[in-house]
Amino acid sequence: MEGLNSASRAWAIQVQGLTKSLGSHLTLRGIDLEVRQGEFVVIFGPNGAGKTTLIKVLATIMNPSSGRVLVDGLNLKNDAEEIRRRIGVVTHQTFLYSNLTAYENLEFYCRMYDVPRGKERIDEVVAIVGMTSRLYDRVGTLSRGMQQRLSIARSLLHKPAIMLLDEPETGLDQQAISMLREALQTEREGKRTIILTTHSLERGLELGDRLLILDKGKIVYEGSRQALDLAGLKQAYQHSTRVGA
Amino acid sequence: MRFWRKVIAIAWKDTLSEVRTKETVSSVLVFTLLVIVIFNFAFGTSQETMVLVAPGILWVTFAFAGVLSLNRSFILEKEEGCLEGLMVCPISRETIYVGKLLGSLLFMLVIEAIALPIFAFLFNLVLSLQLVVITVLATVGFVTVGTLFSALAVNTRAREMVLPILFLPIVVPVIICAVKASGLALSGEPWGSLSSWLQIIVAFDAIFLVVSFLVFAFVIEE
Repeated sequence: MEGLNSASRAWAIQVQGLTKSLGSHLTLRGIDLEVRQGEFVVIFGPNGAGKTTLIKVLATIMNPSSGRVLVDGLNLKNDAEEIRRRIGVVTHQTFLYSNLTAYENLEFYCRMYDVPRGKERIDEVVAIVGMTSRLYDRVGTLSRGMQQRLSIARSLLHKPAIMLLDEPETGLDQQAISMLREALQTEREGKRTIILTTHSLERGLELGDRLLILDKGKIVYEGSRQALDLAGLKQAYQHSTRVGA
Repeated sequence: MRFWRKVIAIAWKDTLSEVRTKETVSSVLVFTLLVIVIFNFAFGTSQETMVLVAPGILWVTFAFAGVLSLNRSFILEKEEGCLEGLMVCPISRETIYVGKLLGSLLFMLVIEAIALPIFAFLFNLVLSLQLVVITVLATVGFVTVGTLFSALAVNTRAREMVLPILFLPIVVPVIICAVKASGLALSGEPWGSLSSWLQIIVAFDAIFLVVSFLVFAFVIEE
């Protein structure tokens, strides 16, 4: 039993036979995935491939229809609340209230996550994303790029061991995307486990240790960054999604 | 204690957001006052008629004002994409439910605190402690059921229509009891004659609070 526990601890995420139905549609069709602690995994896939659903299941927003999911050694079915404490989630939605200031939003999430010395931590995370000067502005007055930076700050408040990023660059301009990339590189140095879904093959290849392609609810390709260049990845993507079609 | 800290944080966040925009409070308040004024003109100045129709007018007004405000409770979270933000916080789903309930209750009570004196003034009625107690107890029942159905309706396409269709049939017992008890209170009856109606409202509040608390997680997750 001890052996099993220590084995689970080596993995940040273990997914076995995960399926998820949305209505009559089977969105995830038996996903098997293991992510080591500190690993940066990038998931590509066309629209409707199941990327967002997979992230939502891992983030405990959705319950799996079947299969076994362990996050940081904790079972999704029994320990969802504790899992949420260990993950940070960034999506194209910012989870920020537009009528509250940036500070009020972060303060609210500090309370939700029981962040000790919230004020200091807020100062730290807004400095990471370069938003200190706009801390007391209402979120509704910030540009999309600034809101997304703030969303990253929100996700870092409680120092999560695992980051789940679902197409975080959607709607961002080039400058904001560069900032996001820098923030992710910084986080990577911090040895956080990161799972990123994106449509951008270039960005994914640049950031990820391991690259997966998801199509029609199944992982159809898996490879390491070292083994691929951009042309190879594009070829693999086109081949995998065509075969799946 | 941690549970209540988070509940209060959610209710505070909703209140602060509403104080900033005054979107819902202004529309609900205008609706409430308009209905009271229109009915006041419709039924003339006869005191006997007023005592007879006032309870019905009051609770029709509060019921529809409740639908308007409860509709916004989860729709705003959904529109801002923040519902999932709450769902990834390390809190139980029940914490979200009680937090939203508390925010909506506070909101409804503020509307009623403004509307009741105006109602009493226009209908030439005495605003008694009995009427205040009836209002608070019935509002708890309203908001308890309304918060649950608001969460249910938010994932449907015609969300603004779904809430009243689901909510009003369920709260009919509370509305009937509140109308009856208010009628007795406005007629100057003692507490004893109201007690059976109040007991039904309290029982409704307790039952639906427990049921809503237990089923909320299933409602919000799928």
